[in-house]
Formats: sequence, structure tokens, C-alpha cells
Amino acid sequence: MIRKLATRRETLLLGALLLLLAVIATRFPGFVAPSNLADVFNDTAPLILLAIGQMVVILTRCIDLSVAANLALTGMVVAMLNVAVPGLPVAVTLAVALGLGAALGMVNGLLVWKLDIPPIVVTLGTMTIFRGTIFVISGGDWVNSHEMGEGFKAFPRAELLGLPMLSWIAILALAVFSLVMTRTTLGRAFYAVGGNPHAATYTGIDVGRTQFWAFTLSGTLAGLTGYLWVSRYAVAYVDIAGGFELDVVAACVIGGISIMGGVGTVWGALLGALFLGVIKNALPVVNISPFWQLAISGSAIIIAVAVNARAGRDKGRIILKSAEHAT
Amino acid sequence: MTTLHDTAPGRQIPDRLQSPLQRRLKSWETLLLLVAIGIFVANSFASPYFLNAWNLSDATFNFTEKAMIAFAMALLIISGEIDLSVAAIIALASTAMGAAMTAGAATPMILLVGIGTGLACGAFNGVLVTRFGLPSIVVTIGTMSLFRGISYIVLGDQAFRGYPSDFAFFGQGYVFWVISFELVLFAVLAVIYAVVLHLTNFGRAVYAIGNNATGAEFSGIRVARVKFILFLLTGLMSGIAAICLTSRLGSTRPSIAFGWELEVVTMVVLGGVNILGGSGSIPGVVIAAFVMGLVTFGLGLLNVPGIVMSIVIGALLIGVIALPRLWSKWRAA
Repeated sequence: MIRKLATRRETLLLGALLLLLAVIATRFPGFVAPSNLADVFNDTAPLILLAIGQMVVILTRCIDLSVAANLALTGMVVAMLNVAVPGLPVAVTLAVALGLGAALGMVNGLLVWKLDIPPIVVTLGTMTIFRGTIFVISGGDWVNSHEMGEGFKAFPRAELLGLPMLSWIAILALAVFSLVMTRTTLGRAFYAVGGNPHAATYTGIDVGRTQFWAFTLSGTLAGLTGYLWVSRYAVAYVDIAGGFELDVVAACVIGGISIMGGVGTVWGALLGALFLGVIKNALPVVNISPFWQLAISGSAIIIAVAVNARAGRDKGRIILKSAEHAT
Repeated sequence: MTTLHDTAPGRQIPDRLQSPLQRRLKSWETLLLLVAIGIFVANSFASPYFLNAWNLSDATFNFTEKAMIAFAMALLIISGEIDLSVAAIIALASTAMGAAMTAGAATPMILLVGIGTGLACGAFNGVLVTRFGLPSIVVTIGTMSLFRGISYIVLGDQAFRGYPSDFAFFGQGYVFWVISFELVLFAVLAVIYAVVLHLTNFGRAVYAIGNNATGAEFSGIRVARVKFILFLLTGLMSGIAAICLTSRLGSTRPSIAFGWELEVVTMVVLGGVNILGGSGSIPGVVIAAFVMGLVTFGLGLLNVPGIVMSIVIGALLIGVIALPRLWSKWRAA
């Protein structure tokens, strides 16, 4: 049991994350103060939410490059809705964000499921279409802080037991998705489809439909994050979260989620996102120019994928050995 | 007649092979060419400024640099790999050229630095993919951040300016009347890539690898070496595109060519290259380049903002792939 835990990617990654924090602490001890770590978690919450959704999609051998555009479009729609109907309750806004995000995700899912178009092509296309749509509905204008209602902006900052709502939503999503992935048939289906689509078909799992649900979940989380993002930064415009889809994929890759499908956990996605979040927040503190961030996260991705590929190979050999011993 | 093949729609084996002419008429390239002609005609009716030699010449700059990369990317995608770091290679190559220029290098040296950087980046990708056996989509997402990241480290919020005046020829020069140097380079490269892919053993090997890498290996093709060469070529093309773009803009910022990787991939897929590898052609990519250039330029003349054009490009990408599939589904039903 302990050995199994020690060889898990997640454990390895947790070790790397703690090491990173330790190195930062030697330069700037204040960084590892609980209150600051909570701030880092809160700042990383959007990335965590999207990484969870992306993980589900990648598990099924797909990829969703439209998450950031979905986020931006949903964010713009709820922001404009808030301007048009000032007193709208937050619950309605949340429902609109979740619903619209899910609908956009379903568009991806349907194209992949019903028309069998490769996911990278579908989401590349919808990514540009979603971004363009933001421009069309907003006319290129910004929705600024003073136009948004107080309740709209206050929600992600509202504190509960010392943590802002944004953090709580990320924690809630982590809990729900770890349950779904490990304790439900749908969760099993995601792994089965990615692990071996042919075998999944023979066991009665509809591969296309499972991928459709993966895209829907990813879209729902992106829509939710869209509202949280816009209300947290109190601004909505065409280019918000531009290029963020690649950060999300990067978080998944660092989190040990295999791009070949079938391998990965919610905790891996969390740790991958936190790894990037810690680097982003630590650079200014330890006096490294923020311009270094891109190169560092790029190196982290390459190292992570190299380490994971190696770990995957070792694991295969170990399985063979234990099988030999068993017979 | 009921055969086993009838159960799989779209996979029927005909009694008789289609004649070459019929096959050509029904090909992807023909369809795309019709789309291109349609857009051209629609554009010339929509705007009085469209049918003007100089305007059309300007329009070619919308796609020449991207298309150069798309040729190499097409080969790479046919072989079953992908390179998402091409735009970042442009940024790094441009930064290296700027640094060389600041150090007092003359134009030939600047060109060498640009091409060298492109080759080095391509080799780096190639080694990671072929030597370490890592999935190219992840590797190049990583190197995309790394290469552009190095540009940001070097330049920050600064820019390199003041390239020598003879350097301007590569992006702004004209060979003859309205025919720009870039357009000539584009045409020459198109011919070279078409010959390499369609008429040489190397091109055959690229298709073989994309269809069945294991089978190719067993039939004596050095799969890893071919793939390495393809990454090298993609790096080289990005280096050449970096020279043209830097020369055209006359300056280098780390955000140069941002987001181009997705436009290049769109161009390749629109050109009929199967994103899963194994099929595609250079003429298709050439026509796709013209389609994208014409759409961008035509809408630009109508004062449609660039971001709205991206809707059209995105819809085109999904539409041209979805329509034939919808059609065959509808016929099968």
C-alpha cells in the first residue's frame, strides 16, 4: 500500500511541489505563510476548475482547445446580462453561466460524437468562433467595473470560514469530480473509453456519447469559470483569458494526465494547476522578472512529460513481473 | 447486393474503379478550388477595390509566410505528428536576428542566424519526439512556451528596431511589378514541397509512416530519422518565415506571430490533410492558403474587423470537414 502510494505520479508531483515551495521559502519565508498559500490557491482556482474539465476530456482521448474562449464568451454574456438586468440574483447568473457553458461544450461534443470530426479540429474551430462571437455581441466594447452590479462582483470574494467563494467552488468541484471519476459508472466509462475504445465498445459503452459528456462537463466548468473570472477581475472584454487553453493543457500534462487517454486523476490536475500557480505567484516575490514565467512553465511541461513517459514504462515492467510471480 | 461492407457507411468498395478524371473532379482539391473561385467572385462583386493588381498583391502577404510553414507542417501532420511551436520558433528566430543585428551583424549574417535558430529549434523538437519517444503535441506545447519564453526573457517589453536597409527586401521587396519576393518564395517552396511529397521516395515514406508507422519500420523505412528530418524542416520553414515577417514589420517584439500555430494548422487541415495522418496533398494546402488569404482580405476591404473574420475561418474549418460527412450520412440513411 505504502509502496504503491510512493510510486504514484501524484506523490512524486506533490514532492516536487513541496520542494518548489521549500526553495521559495529559503528566499522569501513569507510565501509559505498559510494566508499567502490560501491566496495562491484562490488565484489558481480558475486554472484548477478548467484543468479538471480538461482532464476528463483528455482521459477520453480528446482535447478541448475551446475552454478559454468558452470562458470568455460566457463571461461576456453574463456581464452584459448583468448590465441589462441590474438586479439579477447571483443564483440566476450562475445558472446562466453553467447552462451556456454546458451548451457550448455540447456543440463540441456533438460535432465529435455525431460527425466523427477529430476533437483538435472541432475545438480549434469553435475556439475562433466563440472568440469572434464575443466581438459580435459586444461590438468590441468592454464591460467595466462600474457597470456591473455590486452583488455580481461580490460573489467570488464573499468569505466563508476565512476562504473566498472562488476557492470554495474549486474545492467543491474537486470533491464532486473525484467522486464522479472514482465512484460512478460515468467516471469509469471515461477511463474505459480512453484506455481502450474498442474494448469499451464491446463492454457496451458508447464511446462517442461518453466523449460528448466529457466535452459537456468541460464546457460547464468553463462557463462557471467565465462568470467567476469576469466578476473577480470586474471587467469583460474580447481577449480575456487569451491563450489560457494552453495553460490548462499544460496543467494537465504536468499533473500526469496522459495525452494518450485513460490515465489521470483529479488530484493530478489539481497538483499540475497548483504547480503553475505557485510558479506564477512566486516569481515576483523572489525577484525574478515575470517575463521568465513562460519559459519556466514550458520547461516544466517538457520535464513533466519526459518523467511521466519514463514512469509509465517502468510501471508496465512492474506489472509484468508481479504477474510472473503470481503464476 | 448485400455485402459485409454495406454495414460500414462510407467504406463501400466499388465494383469498378472510378476513372482518374472522375476521381480528380470529386477530390477535395476540386471542391476547395470551387470555394476559392466562389470567394474570389463574391469579393469582386462586394468591393470595387478588390480587382486591383496592387491590392491583390498586398493580399498575398496575408498568407505567404504562414503557408511556407504550412507546407512543412503538412508533411509533419501526414506523418502523424504535429508541431505547435512554429509561431514560437518565429519569435525566437526573430529575437536572435535582432540580437545579431544589435551586435553589428550584416544582412547575410542575420539571415544565417534566423535560419540557424529555426533549425536548432526544429532539431530540439525532433530529438525530444524521436529520441525520447514523447507525444509531439505535448512536447511542442512545452517548447512553444519555452521558445517564446526565451524571447520574453531577452526582450521583456522592449523591441529590436533598426534592421539594415538591404534586409527589408525579404519582406517588402518586389521581384517584378506586383510580384513580391515573398510570393515568389512561396511559389518556389510550393513546387519543391509538392515534388518532395508526391514524387520522391521520401514523400512515399512520409505517407507510409502516417498510415502505419510500425509497418513502415518493418518495410525498411527509418521512421525516427524521417520524423526528425520533418521536424527539422518545420523549424527551417519557421526560420525562413521569421526572416520574411521580421523584414516586413521591420521590428521584433516577443509577441510577434502570436497565435499563428493555430492558423497554420487550420490552413493545413482546410487543405485536406487528415489531422490523424496518412493523407493530404500540397496543392490542397496551396489552395487553402489562397482561400484563407482571400477571405481575410475580402472581408478586410468590407471593413469587417479581423476578429469576425476568425469566425468565418473557424466555420470554414469545421464546415468543410462536416459537410462531406453529413452528406455521406444523409446518403447512407
